[in-house]
Amino acid sequence: MSAPSRIERRFADLKAEGRGALVTFVTAGDPDPETALELVKGLPGAGADLIELGMPFSDPMAEGPTIQASSLRALNAGMTLAKTLDMVRAFRAGDDATPIILMGYYNPIYIYGVERFVSDAKEAGVDGLIMVDLPPEEDEELCLPALKAGIHWIRLATPTTDDKRLPTVLNNTSGFVYYVSIMGITGTKTVPVDHVREAVARLRRHTDLPIAVGFGIRTPEAAAAISQAGDAAVVGSAIVDAIKAELDDHGKAKPGLVAKVLAFVESLSNGVRSNRAA
Amino acid sequence: MGTLNTFRAGPDETGHFGLFGGRFVAETLMPLILDVERAYTAARQDPSYQAEYDYYAKHYVGRPSPLYFAERLTAELRKDAADDKGAKVYFKRDELNHTGSHKANNVLGQILLARRMGKTRIIAETGAGQHGVATATFCALFDLPCVIYMGATDIERQAPNVFRMKLLGAEVRPVTSGTGTLKDAMNDGLRDWVANVENTFYIIGTAAGPHPYPAMVRDFQSIIGQEVREQIMEAEGRLPDALVACIGGGSNAIGLFHPFLDDKDVRIVGVEAAGHGIPTGEHAASLTGGRPGVLHGNRTYLLQNDDGQITDAHSISAGLDYPGIGPEHSWLHDTGRAEYVSATDSEALEAFQLCSRIEGIIPALEPAHALAHVCKLAPQMDRDALLVMNMCGRGDKDVFTVAEALGVKL
Repeated sequence: MSAPSRIERRFADLKAEGRGALVTFVTAGDPDPETALELVKGLPGAGADLIELGMPFSDPMAEGPTIQASSLRALNAGMTLAKTLDMVRAFRAGDDATPIILMGYYNPIYIYGVERFVSDAKEAGVDGLIMVDLPPEEDEELCLPALKAGIHWIRLATPTTDDKRLPTVLNNTSGFVYYVSIMGITGTKTVPVDHVREAVARLRRHTDLPIAVGFGIRTPEAAAAISQAGDAAVVGSAIVDAIKAELDDHGKAKPGLVAKVLAFVESLSNGVRSNRAA
Repeated sequence: MGTLNTFRAGPDETGHFGLFGGRFVAETLMPLILDVERAYTAARQDPSYQAEYDYYAKHYVGRPSPLYFAERLTAELRKDAADDKGAKVYFKRDELNHTGSHKANNVLGQILLARRMGKTRIIAETGAGQHGVATATFCALFDLPCVIYMGATDIERQAPNVFRMKLLGAEVRPVTSGTGTLKDAMNDGLRDWVANVENTFYIIGTAAGPHPYPAMVRDFQSIIGQEVREQIMEAEGRLPDALVACIGGGSNAIGLFHPFLDDKDVRIVGVEAAGHGIPTGEHAASLTGGRPGVLHGNRTYLLQNDDGQITDAHSISAGLDYPGIGPEHSWLHDTGRAEYVSATDSEALEAFQLCSRIEGIIPALEPAHALAHVCKLAPQMDRDALLVMNMCGRGDKDVFTVAEALGVKL
């Protein structure tokens, strides 16, 4: 049995603390590589328990307009997969505890080279991968090589994943399960907490892994409620919107962008922290 | 890879043609894709499904389409050929189908499947608008609500087809993300599907996307090649020496090619769009100028940069303006069974005018690319050789684009 990973340690600590986790999503390189690095470095201090970092892709087919645009801003600012790994390395130099999960689409990794990627990602300090377009049917592509290299493979379960399919989805899933609470793309709908509770209860019958819930969480109140219904709340589009609000007419970061976005993350974190189990 | 007994057995049960194909989609779509596969497998074994297809193919689409000996074009291409050279050129007249292109063959098959599955809403992507018009047409016939995703750039250059779709009762949603062309329309089609899986069927227009779409679309389009086999036997008493078809995603081409893949004496040529020329980088020739990658649910040759970001395609023909190609073509390319060449915008424009002038057939800009290659290939072939080109669409929709390219104000 190998030593617990950063993700496992983090969820164990939070369980002891009696609260759910806040997972924050930003796109690597949005709005530009320097600002994004400064922002990511500030996330743990603002209360992010885990960091989900989007790997920009030209054709993100499961994303709504907000994250599509952030991906495009990052690419236009010169972001690449190699630079995303550099960013993780730079973050790790100052923080060895906060888990980093890369989220994205397969093609950039396929072109980078799978073996080279899992080895570079592990060395850079990546803890897990969420790959939108690699279902269990394609596990040999990247899932198995990543697991072999000691990188968690975090699978998405959705409302369309019925009890019959759940075991297929949970097989080879590690670290935590990411429950996509709506049918649809990111940032487009909100989630009724009751539905989330039911869905989480259903997942719990199939797995002991922590369950993170995402898609459609925009406020501290929602983050608090959802983090309590599951084990973690993932906030993405709302943070990306906060970044967008601090861009000038040319799409460049205004002074103070990082502080404003981190203040928003802090408000989410305060919500999550105020809602401890008795 | 060892020697294959057949080129017609693919894909395997996981949807792969060798390295290519597969099911690279979000988990939300996975159960639905497996449903479509099960429903399609069952439908294929149900004679009543085939009977229904045959009925509408004959009485509504107008199949079989003629195989026509293009006598004047043949004579024209013999003028500059050696005395014993200049193949007989035949057109497979799929532009005479209802809705004006081969797209009807596929939409008919998929919409009958959607009805069997109890789906009550249809979505589709379109580039030139041919697939959108075909989908809107069958939705009108079967009284199903229809949403067509179309790039904003394409909406501008294919205005007649946009109006047609609206007349047919479809909602045309402009797509402004990316370059506003076919690839972006497909992204938005997939996004819609993810959000509406319960009631919606996505009718993909080309032989690409996640398994089972590439195989399913090919099966529906194979009616083209099956008819050609019978018709050329009747006309000439033997199989053709060469087949030529244009390729964007490649559905008309795979439809013509597939029934002939195991006839090793039949030369098979796909023609990609070279836009302003391959060296300029402004083209849509995925096989000639791209490399394997993963997009829109399958692995195939793609136009992309060194970071794996998909790059913009360019072609004067909106229907060929796609940075990928159906996975089966990638496989046929790598196995060497089919050859893939390209024709530029200006070569296609030349062929467009030639065909209009001497055959009285205004071709769509898509098959004008195939014709441009026929103009090079036929004069090199023996005089008694037979060449069949798929005239997969008619050019009414393109007259504005062509007029503009020729500097004519309408």
